[in-house]
Amino acid sequence: MAKIQPLTAEERSIRRTAEDAATQLSSRHLLGMQGLSPAEIMLILDTAFVMKNILSVQTKKTAHLQGRSVITFFAENSTRTRLSFDMACKYLGATTSNIGSSESSIRKGENLFDTVKTLEMMSTDILVMRHPQSGAPHYVAERIDASVVNAGDGMNEHPTQALLDMMTMIEYKGTIKGLKVAIIGDAMHSRVMRSNVWGLTKIGAEVRVAAPPTMTPRHLEHMPCRVCHDVREACADVDVIMGLRVQLERQRSALFPSVNEYAHFFGIDSECLDLARPDAIIMHPGPCNHGVEMPTFIHEHDRSVIHEQVANGVAVRMAVLFLLNAKRNAELSAN
Amino acid sequence: MKNSYPQFKSIQIRNVRHWQTGDLTELLIAGGKFVPELTGQAELVLDGQGLTALPGLIDAHVHLRDPGFEYREDIITGTRAAAHGGFTAIAPMPNTNPVADTVPIIRYMIDKAATAGFCRVLPIGAATKKQEGQELSEIGLMTEAGAVAFSDDGVPIASAGMMRKAMEYAAFFDRVIISHCEDPELAKDGVCNEGIVSTEMGLKGIPSIAEDIMIDRETRIAEYLGCHVHIAHVSTAGGVECVRAAKARGVKVTAETCPHYFTLTEEAIRGFNTLAKVNPPLRTESDRLAIIAGLQDGTLDIIATDHAPHHTDEKDCEFSLANNGLIGLETCFPLVYTRLVEPGHLSLADAVSKLTANPARLLKQPKPGLEVGLAADLTLVDLEETVTYDAASSLSKARNTPFQGFELRGFPQLTIMAGNITWDSGRLTK
Repeated sequence: MAKIQPLTAEERSIRRTAEDAATQLSSRHLLGMQGLSPAEIMLILDTAFVMKNILSVQTKKTAHLQGRSVITFFAENSTRTRLSFDMACKYLGATTSNIGSSESSIRKGENLFDTVKTLEMMSTDILVMRHPQSGAPHYVAERIDASVVNAGDGMNEHPTQALLDMMTMIEYKGTIKGLKVAIIGDAMHSRVMRSNVWGLTKIGAEVRVAAPPTMTPRHLEHMPCRVCHDVREACADVDVIMGLRVQLERQRSALFPSVNEYAHFFGIDSECLDLARPDAIIMHPGPCNHGVEMPTFIHEHDRSVIHEQVANGVAVRMAVLFLLNAKRNAELSAN
Repeated sequence: MKNSYPQFKSIQIRNVRHWQTGDLTELLIAGGKFVPELTGQAELVLDGQGLTALPGLIDAHVHLRDPGFEYREDIITGTRAAAHGGFTAIAPMPNTNPVADTVPIIRYMIDKAATAGFCRVLPIGAATKKQEGQELSEIGLMTEAGAVAFSDDGVPIASAGMMRKAMEYAAFFDRVIISHCEDPELAKDGVCNEGIVSTEMGLKGIPSIAEDIMIDRETRIAEYLGCHVHIAHVSTAGGVECVRAAKARGVKVTAETCPHYFTLTEEAIRGFNTLAKVNPPLRTESDRLAIIAGLQDGTLDIIATDHAPHHTDEKDCEFSLANNGLIGLETCFPLVYTRLVEPGHLSLADAVSKLTANPARLLKQPKPGLEVGLAADLTLVDLEETVTYDAASSLSKARNTPFQGFELRGFPQLTIMAGNITWDSGRLTK
């Protein structure tokens, strides 16, 4: 079987059934998918496809964020998200800098407000922030004038990941509306799961979540998703199978007996692929534990779009930065 | 700072409504007691028109932060806030620094409060040294010094064996163990109730069973020993059920809840509102209703505030890092009145008993009341006027309340302890 191919722009426009895009974001911050309207999600996704075109030309440089400064503040380790934001800023012409959790001010116990206020006072326009505490970007957004982009807060949300996942689904399926999506893995600790459930269901997808019982948060069924403990039940007839990263240190907190047992009962295997629709795509936010969430052959399967997700991550983050900047400009000219 | 209200040898309060009978009555005070008549004209004559007289309220569960955390609260500000809320006696938990586990700390608290003259302080001593759950503290000596009960409060005694020893030993000195019921393993790292809200917000939850299981354990130990145990701040439907079942078996158990558990639910933390972060956490609507039912049928004997002052910096931060607790002395009676009495869940008399006679029994204090011969401890409350609560009015050092802007009735206008005015809104004495 040949490698699955994305749809062309024409094919996408024919299949596009989700609602109309907004013309502007309603907030200068992006804190979570919970706060976005369906029209705002479509605006970001449509913009992301334009950005992807920019990335496909040889001179990958625009002036949309010329003269703007962006700081990526990652109080928790990250490689791809941080780099993805950093590249997005550079392609848009912004001045960028970054600080991480090992920086001295954090180590010295400076409180979060003082840290971000310090960053803001260096004329920062947009603060991209990852933090181990759920709600930390919300706390910051209420207290500074710079725009805050949540790049992952605790177990709460990771909106740009959900947006890039949705962009990837549109790229291969043309639309989100009516898609059946199975999310498999550590649902309890996953901000990726939460953001995807909020975002996908807002524009009409049906989401199923399957996790070991010890990794299923209580009353998950009250979120807009179907909870399955059986991975195979979750994968039946779906358009998308999305694996979630298992933090292997969780085994030490006794949430599952062994990696071997996890892979056997909760890993994505070829039987899952057989149960899904024949054109179902395979996704994973990365980094993947090969042989745990899925074996390497599935990660590299013809229907895997895991590497494309990374490429779309840059485009989505460019779109978010571009739109937040436009919102800031509009707010400034209104005042 | 000391109580500097003008004081009077004799006080006559006319036209005030009696909390039990509802009749207009006259109260006469001399020599710190209610008296049948005065010799001559009273030094102070007050018209209590429109106000209701209650016995001085008693709070079986507060945190005064003194010694050790005076940046949050001290004994003077805490007792002033208590008088402001209509209290004439409050029982502080021992989680001070150093921990209230020896006689000098107990004496320090009692004496400092007595010198200030705003409200009696009835210290609760630590049940184990440094609240470490390893060795019994000097329960007998602290009892002699004035400790009224014993508890390790927020650091629950994990070992059932240690809890058994504490209950047995304290009972010998006619003192009760107060247990903050929380299984440490089940509650580990939790920052709110485990449920829909924690799942949606991506927060680590504390399951209701962490409380239920420990309440069951404590009541079983008390039953086995024939000792009295008191359950602090019940927040769950399961906890109410455990206490109810234990009482039905004849176990000597009493239990308290707090105004926030019958007023708020876990929904209050949405938007990462640290002011509603408290331990035990705010639970669900069905828990809230079970708490009210427990108050109605007498399963829950006492309403206590768990007044827990914190510095602004300890609340103005990331949700998971914020301290637990809220100030409650000044909103307690108005919440009880507006949320329990007015809707008809409790009669005024039953509600007041849970703030007076019942905690007095627990803490081995004389019977409170407005009867002749009893200490003149009382507060006059306005049950008619609606006040939009503003934390800026608080006499506590702290402002950490989730009740800002609540419309409440029942705020105290005048509080008297042993015949001395300890809070005066100025409305009667002007």
